[in-house]
Amino acid sequence: MATAEPIGVLTGAHFVDGDHACSEGAIAAGCRFVAGYPITPSTEVVERVAERFPFVGGVFVQMEDEIASSIAIQGAVWAGKKAMTVTSGPGFSLMMEHIGLAAMTEAPCVFVDVQRAGPSTGLPTMPAQGDMMQARWGSHGDYGIIALSPNSPQECFDLTIKAFNLSEQYRVPVLFMMDECVGHMIERVVIPAAEDIDIVERRTFTGPKEEYRPFQPDADLVPKMVKAGEGYHLHVTGLTHDEKGYPNMTVGTQARLVRRLVDKIRVNADAIVDYREEGVEDADVVVVTYGISSRTAIPAIEQARKEGLKIGHLRLVVVWPFPEKRIRELASRVKAFVVPELNFGQIALEVERCAGGEARVECVPHAGGTVHNPRDIYQSIRNCAKGS
Amino acid sequence: MATEEQLFALDEGVPANPVEELLRMDRIPHIWCPGCGIGTTVNCFVRALQTSGTDLTKVAVVSGIGCTGRVAGYINLDSFHTTHGRAIPFATGLKLANPELKVIVYSGDGDLTAIGGNHFIHAARRNMDLTVILVNNMIYGMTGGQVAPTTPLTATASTMPHGNYEQTFNLPFLAESCGAVYVARWTAYHVRHLTKSIKEAMAKKGFSFIEILAPCPTLYSRRNKLGDGLEQMVYFKDYSEIRHGADTKSVALDFQGKIVVGKFVDKERPTYQQAMYDHFAKKLGDRYVPSEEMRKVFHGPDGN
Repeated sequence: MATAEPIGVLTGAHFVDGDHACSEGAIAAGCRFVAGYPITPSTEVVERVAERFPFVGGVFVQMEDEIASSIAIQGAVWAGKKAMTVTSGPGFSLMMEHIGLAAMTEAPCVFVDVQRAGPSTGLPTMPAQGDMMQARWGSHGDYGIIALSPNSPQECFDLTIKAFNLSEQYRVPVLFMMDECVGHMIERVVIPAAEDIDIVERRTFTGPKEEYRPFQPDADLVPKMVKAGEGYHLHVTGLTHDEKGYPNMTVGTQARLVRRLVDKIRVNADAIVDYREEGVEDADVVVVTYGISSRTAIPAIEQARKEGLKIGHLRLVVVWPFPEKRIRELASRVKAFVVPELNFGQIALEVERCAGGEARVECVPHAGGTVHNPRDIYQSIRNCAKGS
Repeated sequence: MATEEQLFALDEGVPANPVEELLRMDRIPHIWCPGCGIGTTVNCFVRALQTSGTDLTKVAVVSGIGCTGRVAGYINLDSFHTTHGRAIPFATGLKLANPELKVIVYSGDGDLTAIGGNHFIHAARRNMDLTVILVNNMIYGMTGGQVAPTTPLTATASTMPHGNYEQTFNLPFLAESCGAVYVARWTAYHVRHLTKSIKEAMAKKGFSFIEILAPCPTLYSRRNKLGDGLEQMVYFKDYSEIRHGADTKSVALDFQGKIVVGKFVDKERPTYQQAMYDHFAKKLGDRYVPSEEMRKVFHGPDGN
């Protein structure tokens, strides 16, 4: 595996917020093109990129809106760059069509969404986790994506690198689902030496032009890429296309293409899912969290344990694809799942689907604007543990 | 006179159409209607490419959505058929990431100036180094003849069944006022002028813009009782007046009225990327690390 280019890596310990750590993660990952549009609370990510890029061979452009940003990065991808755009709620809504384009044309790129409270303009400077289902299903049609959710500035660094690596490995848009708290929280972030950062490079085709089929997949369902300007006379379209990349609007081609776009994530899900577990082995109740809610849940879990309750904690690092198998296994032996999230039940629905009636699923909803009061999570854990 | 047999005899010795090498012949026949002007503009574009001396491996064509949006799919070069209205920002990313590429945006009037209008004005303002070829058939063709920002006043459209009462865009004026360095207008009738103009626009550094009026016999001419494609070409021929250097304020179009064509603007202004490179080189000196592709294209702090 390749390692990071030293020029972009600020090795050492830093005291920075999650937004800045995300920028550094992107640069370390080899991202050299960023397009963005100002929006709170994500702007610091692009501000740092704008400051840093002239020193590392990157190009940053502030586009006229989020629609433009989310497709400018795809132009850059086909020119051979690793690319990212960054936004928040309303901007994320505007980017949906281009998440679909990236999925359809298999353009590896990263979309960062620092979630704020919605709907609409909502609470621009305050946190929420209300875009989780939008991340999964927001663009029209069927396709697979990957979404990650960091819970600290350190993870904003580490997981941004992982986001780029996954996007290259599976040729999908990867959605980096931060939230305002994690974005603005300042903590120690340790950036390793460049040679200790693993990088997945683009899977490229170098054979003769006549043999190149831009959308002919390898065994893992992912095709190889070329870039513009190499003489391959590539054609890329958002229309339903065949292996040559040519529009072919038939039921058969649609079935073959869309099935593969869905399957390349579904079939590889075991390799992609990533979660952290603590105390689930003998748990009666498992608290399922992600992002900032994983941290507000900790005092609640500790309090319940003090009372002798058996409580486990499962934190999603990769949210999409969802760890269906693991939730199913746990559902067969725990009493209940408690899902605190800064929305009215998005991931809770997914837990409920996987639990399939085997275990109780209790959402601890919150409209956003701040984080949960751990008391509410504790109350829910207690109710579930005691079966009330 | 040749007999029918002679006329239709397959002669292996007949050379292929000279533009074929730059077309994806495995995708022909194309989707355009008989009498449509888009194919004529593609012929001019390909001939311009062939005689321009440009390294064709470094040319990329980017289209949006619509009838003209299908051009990218027929050009045998790196070609991208993107989303509705967004060819320009896609092209912007492609160009910024690799300034060695000659990036041509080829799309329709509705695509580039209605849904894509915001990107059009900002790319012109920034002087992004793109050539924008806009085929104006005065209507949304692919979706069934709805009114466009370019539909002349009083013309009938499927969403203006009683005649159009919306004010019409004067596109050369729009492009010039936003900062385009090259602005021209031709019609599908003016094939030689157009070919030459496309070559000039491609050679120009910065945002160059060509509007091409083209017949849409199926959805514009027929609904407006203007005859077929040929009759619309006769109108272009009879009503066009070549006025190079015309004040773009004075070149607005009206229903079946006079068409002022020609090269209206040809000036110099630093491109976005040149300005970026020069600025960083000056401000940051040796600390500036341009991308490999930028370093190749922009040699020194002054670009020479």
